[in-house]
Order: sequence, then C-alpha cells, then structure tokens
Amino acid sequence: MELPLDYETLKVIWWALVGVLLIGFAVSDGYDLGTATLLPFIAKTDRERRLVINSIGATWEGHQVWFITGGGALFAAWPFAYAISFSGFYLAMFVVLAALILRPVGFKYRSKVEDPRWRNSWDWALFVGGVVPALIFGVALGNVLQGVPFTIDGTLRATYDGGLVGLLNPFGLLAGLLSVAMLVMHGATYLGTKIEHGAVLDRATIIGRWAALAVIVFYGIAGIWLAAGIAGFRLESAMDPAGPANPLRKAVVMAPGAWLDNYGRHPWMTLAPLLGFAGASLAWARLGEKPGLAMLGSGLSITGIIASVGASMFPFLLPSSKNPSVSLTVWDSSSSHLTLFIMLIATAIFLPLILFYTSWVIKVLWGRVTTDDVNTPGHY
Amino acid sequence: MLPDLQVADLSRWQFALTAMYHFLFVPLTLGLSMILVITEGAYVMTRKEVWKRITKFWGTLFGINFALGVATGITMEFQFGMNWSYYSQYVGDVFGAPLAIEGLMAFFLEATFVGLMFFGWDKLSRPAHWMVTCLVAIGTNFSALWILIANGWMQFPVGSEFNPDTMRMELTNFMDVMFNPVAQAKFVHTVSAGYVTAAVFVLGISSWYMLKRRHLGLARRSMVVASSFGLLSAFSVVVLGDESGYTLTDNQKMKLAALEAMWETEPAPAPLTLIGIPDQGARETHFEIQAPALLGLIATRSLDREVAGIIPLVEKAEERIRLGILAYGALQRIQANPVDATARAEFDQHKGHLGFALLLKRYVENPATADDDLIRKAAWDTVPSVPMAFFTFRVMAGLGFAMILLFALGFYFINLKRKPPDWFLRVALFAMPLPWIAIQCGWVLAETGRQPWIIDSVLPTFMGVSSLTASQIIITMVGFTLLYGALAVIEVKLMLKAIKAGPGTRIFADPDERLPAAPVAPALDA
Ligand code: HDD
Ligand code: HEM
Ligand code: HEM
Repeated sequence: MELPLDYETLKVIWWALVGVLLIGFAVSDGYDLGTATLLPFIAKTDRERRLVINSIGATWEGHQVWFITGGGALFAAWPFAYAISFSGFYLAMFVVLAALILRPVGFKYRSKVEDPRWRNSWDWALFVGGVVPALIFGVALGNVLQGVPFTIDGTLRATYDGGLVGLLNPFGLLAGLLSVAMLVMHGATYLGTKIEHGAVLDRATIIGRWAALAVIVFYGIAGIWLAAGIAGFRLESAMDPAGPANPLRKAVVMAPGAWLDNYGRHPWMTLAPLLGFAGASLAWARLGEKPGLAMLGSGLSITGIIASVGASMFPFLLPSSKNPSVSLTVWDSSSSHLTLFIMLIATAIFLPLILFYTSWVIKVLWGRVTTDDVNTPGHY
Repeated sequence: MLPDLQVADLSRWQFALTAMYHFLFVPLTLGLSMILVITEGAYVMTRKEVWKRITKFWGTLFGINFALGVATGITMEFQFGMNWSYYSQYVGDVFGAPLAIEGLMAFFLEATFVGLMFFGWDKLSRPAHWMVTCLVAIGTNFSALWILIANGWMQFPVGSEFNPDTMRMELTNFMDVMFNPVAQAKFVHTVSAGYVTAAVFVLGISSWYMLKRRHLGLARRSMVVASSFGLLSAFSVVVLGDESGYTLTDNQKMKLAALEAMWETEPAPAPLTLIGIPDQGARETHFEIQAPALLGLIATRSLDREVAGIIPLVEKAEERIRLGILAYGALQRIQANPVDATARAEFDQHKGHLGFALLLKRYVENPATADDDLIRKAAWDTVPSVPMAFFTFRVMAGLGFAMILLFALGFYFINLKRKPPDWFLRVALFAMPLPWIAIQCGWVLAETGRQPWIIDSVLPTFMGVSSLTASQIIITMVGFTLLYGALAVIEVKLMLKAIKAGPGTRIFADPDERLPAAPVAPALDA
C-alpha cells in the first residue's frame, strides 16, 4: 500500500508530536505538581490546605493523562526509546511511579477522615507526589543530555551499566533543580488565577517569584555548561532518513559543544532558549499583579525550555555514552511507516477532540476557589 | 546475550502481582460507572431526589475505588518498558498502537470528566451532568476495549509479520488487529464480568442495609437496579464465556486442550471432563468424570470436527521447531549480509516458525546446535500448567452459574415478592467476594494458559525481559507490595467506614461544619 506521507516526514512529525505531548504534560500537570509542591509551605490550616487542594482537585486527573498518553505514544512511535529508557532508568522510574501513585489516593482520601494527623500525612504525601516526579524528570533529562551508558547487541537486545546513584551527577542535579523551580513557578502562577486573594495567595506569589528567578539562573548555568563542558553527540556517517529502524548501522562521535551545532545550522532554533528566558522573566515581573500574563509567561518558559532540549539533540533521541554509535536517533528507532501513519490519523482525530472538551470543562469550572466553596458538598 | 531466567521469573511474578491488583479495582469501575448511568438516568427522568442521593452514594464508593484503579494503572502503563524491554521493542510496532489509542480515546475522556462528575453537581443542569456521567462510563468501557485489543493480539497475533531488517514484528494490517476475533470475545466477556462484579457489590451492600433495617428506600431501589442489571450481565458473561472458549478452538488449541486436560485427541465429538485431577508429570487425568460429546459440541459447534489433544499438539510443535531452526539460520545469514537474496527467500518460506526456534534459547545460545533431545524438551515446554488451567476454568464457570442463580432469586424477591427474606439477604452479603474470585481465575487461566509464550507462537516469555538484575526487581517488587498493601488496607477501611456511615452523612457530602451529622432527609429513608 502506498501511504500519502513519506517515512522521513512521518518520523519528524512524530518526533514533534511526542514533544507536544511532553510539553502538554509539563504545562498542564505542571500546575498540579507545582501546586502540590507548594502545599505544605503556603497553606498552614486545614481550611487553607483545602483551598489549595480544591483549586486543582477537579482537573489534575485529566492533566495526568498527558503523561500516560505520552508513555503510550512513545511506545507506539519510538518503541526502542520506550524500551531502553524505562528499563535503563529502572529504579528512578519506580520512584516516580511510587510518588505518582500517592496522588489519586491523596486527593480522594485526605478529607474523608477528620483526624488532623491523617490529613497532615496525606498533605505530605501530596507534596511527595509533586516534588519527586518534578525532580526526577529533570534529573533524567539532564542525564539523557550526557548520554546513557547502554549498548545493543546483534539481536538488538540492550544492556546497561550504572544505577540510580549514577544519575545523581552534578549536571543531572542541576537539571533536576531547574525542573523543580520551573514547576513551582508554574504552580504559583496557576494559584494566582485560581484561588481567592489572601494570605495563601500572597505566600504563593512570593515563592513563585523566587522560583522564576531560579529558573533564569539555573537555565543560564545549564546552557553555559552545555556549551563549554558537556560532550554532545554528532553523526559521523551519512544516514538514510527513510532507512529501516535498526540503530546498529551508523557511526557517532562525542564532542564538547556538539549540542550547540543545530543552532549554528538553523538559527531560528534559538527561539526556543530565548522563549525559556523571556517567559520566566515575564512570570517574575507580572506574578501578583497580572496573574493571566504571569501564567502565560510561565507556560511559554516551560515550552521553550523543553523545546530547547529537543532542538539541541535533534536527530538524537537517546544517546549512548558507552557505545555512541548505537545511540537512538529519529532516523533509526521509530516504528514502521504504516504504524506511524495510523497513529497520526488517530492523533489527528482525538487530539482536537480532547482540546475541545478540556476547554469546555475549564469553562464550566471557571472562577476562583474560595474558602466558602470548600465547604459545599462535593469538594475535597 | 541470553536473558536471565531468574529475572524472567521475577518479572512474571511482578507482572502477575501488579496486574491482578489493578484488576481488583477495574471491574468495579467498569460496572459501577454503568450503574451510575442508570440511577442518575432515573433521577433525570423522574426528578425524584432519592435517585440523586442514590447516585451520590454509589458515586462516592465509585470514587474511592476509582482512585486506586488509576493509581495501579499508572504502573501498568510503564511496566512494559521497565520489565519487558525486549518484548516492548520486539512488538511495540503493533502492540504500542492500541495502548496509545487507549490513552487518546479513553483515558482522557474518563479522567477529564470524572472530576466534573464529582465537582459539577451545582454547576451543570441535570441532563448536562448526566451526560458527564455517561461520558465517564463510555471512557472506562473504551479503555477496556483497547487494552483487550492489545492483550488479544498477544493471544492471537494477527495483522503483522517479522521484519529481518529491524528484527521485530511489524504491523501489516491494522484492521485485522482491531477486529481480532479473540480480542472481541475477550472484550465482551471481560466487560460483562465487570458489570456482574458491580451488581453483586451493590446487591450485597443493599442487602446489608436491609438486614440492618437502615436506608430502606435506597437499598430497595438499588436492589431493583442491581438484580436486573446483574441478571442480564450474568447471562451475558456465561454466553460470551462460551464464545471465548469457541475462539480458542481455532486460535489457541493448546490452551483449550489444557483447560480440558485432554491429553489425546478424542474421536469427534469429544467428551467434556466435568471433574478430575490432571497429572502433568504422568500426562494423564485421574478420577475423570466425563459427559459424552459435550466438549465437541461446545468447542466446534459440530458433531464431526475433532478437538486436538495435548500430545498431538506437542508433536506438531516439534515439527515447527525444526522449521524454525531453518528460519533462524537464514536470519543469521541475512544479518551477516543484508543483500543475500537466497537467505531472504529461505527466511520468507519459514518465518512463521521463527518463534519456535527461539524456545531453544532457553537451553542453547544458537538454536541450530540443538540435538533431538533438546528439541523434544522444548516442544514439551509449549504445554502450559494443565492443573492451573483446568481448575481455574472450573471455578470461574461454576461461579458464573451460581451468580445467575443469585440474581434470578434477587430479581424474583425484589420485583415480584417486593420483600426479600433474610436468608437471601445473608446469602447476597456473603456472595460479595465471588465475582472477584471468578475474575482472577479468568485472568490466571487466560495468561498462564498462554505460557510459554508472551506472544503466542512468536516470542517466548523468557526472551521478553529487560537486562535487569534480580536484586533490582526484588527492590521494586517489595516496594510495590508494601505500597499496594498499605493502600489496600486504607481503601477497605474507608469503604467500610463510608458504608457504615450510610448515605447522607458527612463522608458523602464531605466534611462540612454546616451540615448536620445525621442524615439530611430522614424522610426518604423510611
Ligand atoms: C478490562 C479492563 C482493563 C484492563 C484489562 C486493564 N485496565 Fe487499566 N484501567 C481500566 C480498565 C482496564 C479502567 C476501567 O479504565 C480504569 C480506570 C479507573 C479504574 O479503576 O480502571 C483503568 C485505569 C488505568 C490507568 C489510569 C488511567 C487514568 O488516569 O484514567 C492506566 C494508565 C491503565 N489503566 C493502564 C493499563 C494497562 C497498561 C493495562 C494492561 C496491562 C491495564 N490497564 C489493564
Ligand atoms: C488486568 C487484568 C490482567 C490480569 C489479572 C493478568 C494476569 C496475569 C498473570 C497472572 C500473569 C502471569 C502469567 C505467568 O507468568 O504465568 C500475567 C502475565 C502477563 N500479562 Fe497479564 N493480566 C492482565 C491483563 C493483561 C493485559 C491487558 C496485558 C497486555 C495488554 C497483559 C500482558 C501480560 C504480560 C506482558 C505478562 C508477562 C509475561 C507473561 O508471563 O506472559 N496482561 N498477567
Ligand atoms: C460458564 C461460564 C464461563 C465460561 C464458559 C467462561 C469462559 C472463559 C474462557 C474460555 C476464558 C479464557 C479466554 C482466553 O484465554 O482467551 C475466560 C476468561 C475470563 N473469564 Fe470467564 N467464563 C465464564 C464465567 C466467568 C465469570 C462468571 C467471570 C467473572 C465474573 C469471568 C471472568 C473472566 C475473565 C476476567 C477472564 C480473563 C479475560 C479473558 O480472557 O476474556 N468468567 N472465560
């Protein structure tokens, strides 16, 4: 069967679409991860805590599906990347899952029992469910940029060195802190539009502005480090972009500064890092006065930062530090032509529908949550 | 490199543990979401407040259960990549698609609207809120459809073939995967099983209230809904279970032979073994009691077609292993020289048997070096645990008939007699665990009956694992067990607390200083 889109184009589209799902997750569930991270620090009494929890109570569940669908889409479109990254980061993934599991239960069960010890424990569980994934996602991305120690044999079976502790290297940790700061900033801008004015909001605003500053500083340091210290990856041999998905048929070298190659070749790509800085600056400047603008800035900053990682690495998806030539790239680790095409059709049908009904739900739930609301039936 | 067999066993235990745990909550979600559609539908039509209270009551229990369904589902989604990485890349091209579509089509729907279902009572008109409830139910049922399409493909891999350039299975026809007969049979059977579960749940709790003479208005109405919905579902689970068995006849002969403990091919029409004790070592079944011709009738729906026995199927597997070795040799030549046309021709001729050669990798690095003894041994590996299949099947089917009886009695007492006797209420209360037992038996049958294959006749289970160490898996297994164990205790306590408190109390309206602790409208409870 002749498909209307060629294989090479589909690979690039799917590279971009997985990026869209990742950004969709970071921007939407980022509200919830950031807000949960802030929870114990900005809300002291039970009423305050419930105010904060109810600001995300009705929508966080839909946001989390960006993560789940992102995982599914990675499986369907980039099976090698799905298989090697999740098994390679095995224990780190376990910690993320354990933390995420606390969230659905925390939201639902917390307010069902009056005991303050019970409630306080669940509040900390929600905090863990927010901060731990935020940290580990950043650490993982920081490690992907340095290459992951795996290799692949002739039957395409992957093996890896290094465990959980190996991930906690300086650059990985910096990326982790950047990620936490980014999501705390994001959570604070969300609360800025979503809860009533008062002490809680004031505390969130102060922390949020510091977080926005931290984003600018950490992101700047990471950029300089990437340019000067970290070895990037570079293709040595020619590759057929329409070739079969077999990561054993190319040569790759590691070279300092190689992650900046793309910006020289395609200057428009510098838009992504610029957006990362500009968005965070906007959030810093406007948080507390113009909540809508601050939220926009924070969302743009997240988009820019994640897009800049993708732009630096293209066409690499998961570079190998142990045996660079088996690194996974966009050209040699995707699904087949037919699968990519069918998945594109499915996405073209469902993604617009999802955006449509999600905005309807946002509209229905529009408005600030107040401490009075918290006392009406149905709230957590 | 060969996969580590200890890692394979641990990974299997971990998958079984987490999947069976996930499937404690899933069936209740599937069924209760439908029951909520019914009770809220009654509220929208009749505008009687009592139906709204009924909906909110079961809705709260739904919510407590749903939270753990979601929590345990997250693990499942990522476990394929974490523990089964070779499997994931070997079949991700086919298997990943239904999983991703499940996210796009089902999870987004249910998760986006479930929040509104709880928070939207005052924000939406009556019909709009009912629509939201319906969308949640549709979402959960779609999710079952797509995950069972994925699972059905593992049982009967259609619409795909092996590509020697990428060393994996690739999609050739998506429609075949979507309309896989095994997947369709699994979907209807599993979803009805979920409905039965929720109906027994509602029936049991309503019976308890009736025994305690509390909340009679709610209990009576709930019982009417549960017994009617349950009776229909229980019929459909048995009828569609028979359909599941029928699809096995053509597609998973070994599983059918195992669940019947049928060692030799019997002359058509084959007898059905009602009870007996299968002995895997001696390859025979002791103390058999058989019903003549019944199996032939059920499995082939004819009097003259044979049902294959285990021993002849093993002989067939042995032949396929020998052909698989040829395919494997050709594949090695293609890898050495990708343009070797004769090797490609030879591979194409035998590629359908490649998976059988991989069975030998349990014993030797290169299947071509296997001698006759090893080949025979590997052929016998294709037999799953016969006693396991035999007994789980009988427990499940027996409970299926028992539940039809339960609902039929319930239907009779509540609709025709208007007042169920106490003995029936007690039976209904103690029947509450039964659907869970049947369901877990069903999955153990379906999944262990597929062994030694992770993808039937394509990839052996032990080949599918990640290159992890045993200690890594033990860490996560202990971690999940502790976490899941703690959550299970908490969830059961909350459920019991909620049920004891009863409708209209704080727990259902959520704590609120302005709400009285007593039922809001005692009049409706009379
Ligand atoms: C027959 C039905 C069925 C089966 C076999 C499975 N699930 Fe499931 N799953 C559901 C039916 C379901 C469900 C009814 O849709 C959920 C929603 C809440 C619940 O309790 O179960 C669910 C929740 C749920 C979630 C959370 C979704 C959300 O956030 O809304 C994920 C990620 C998965 N599942 C993934 C899986 C995977 C990867 C499975 C295979 C190994 C699996 N489930 C087996
Ligand atoms: C939620 C309901 C399910 C239950 C209770 C269940 C149960 C089990 C059990 C008991 C095993 C262990 C079998 C053995 O190793 O002997 C197993 C293995 C497995 N199942 Fe399922 N299963 C379920 C759904 C699924 C679905 C929907 C899929 C795929 C879409 C799936 C894929 C697997 C895989 C990959 C393994 C591991 C390899 C294997 O042992 O074959 N399961 N499951
Ligand atoms: C006479 C009644 C029944 C018959 C003949 C029957 C038949 C079957 C068969 C043959 C399978 C295996 C399908 C496969 O491996 O592909 C199966 C699986 C299963 N059964 Fe049943 N069953 C019956 C009753 C029940 C009941 C009462 C329940 C639960 C309430 C149930 C729940 C399940 C589940 C969850 C599975 C696993 C999913 C699947 O493979 O479809 N079954 N059943």
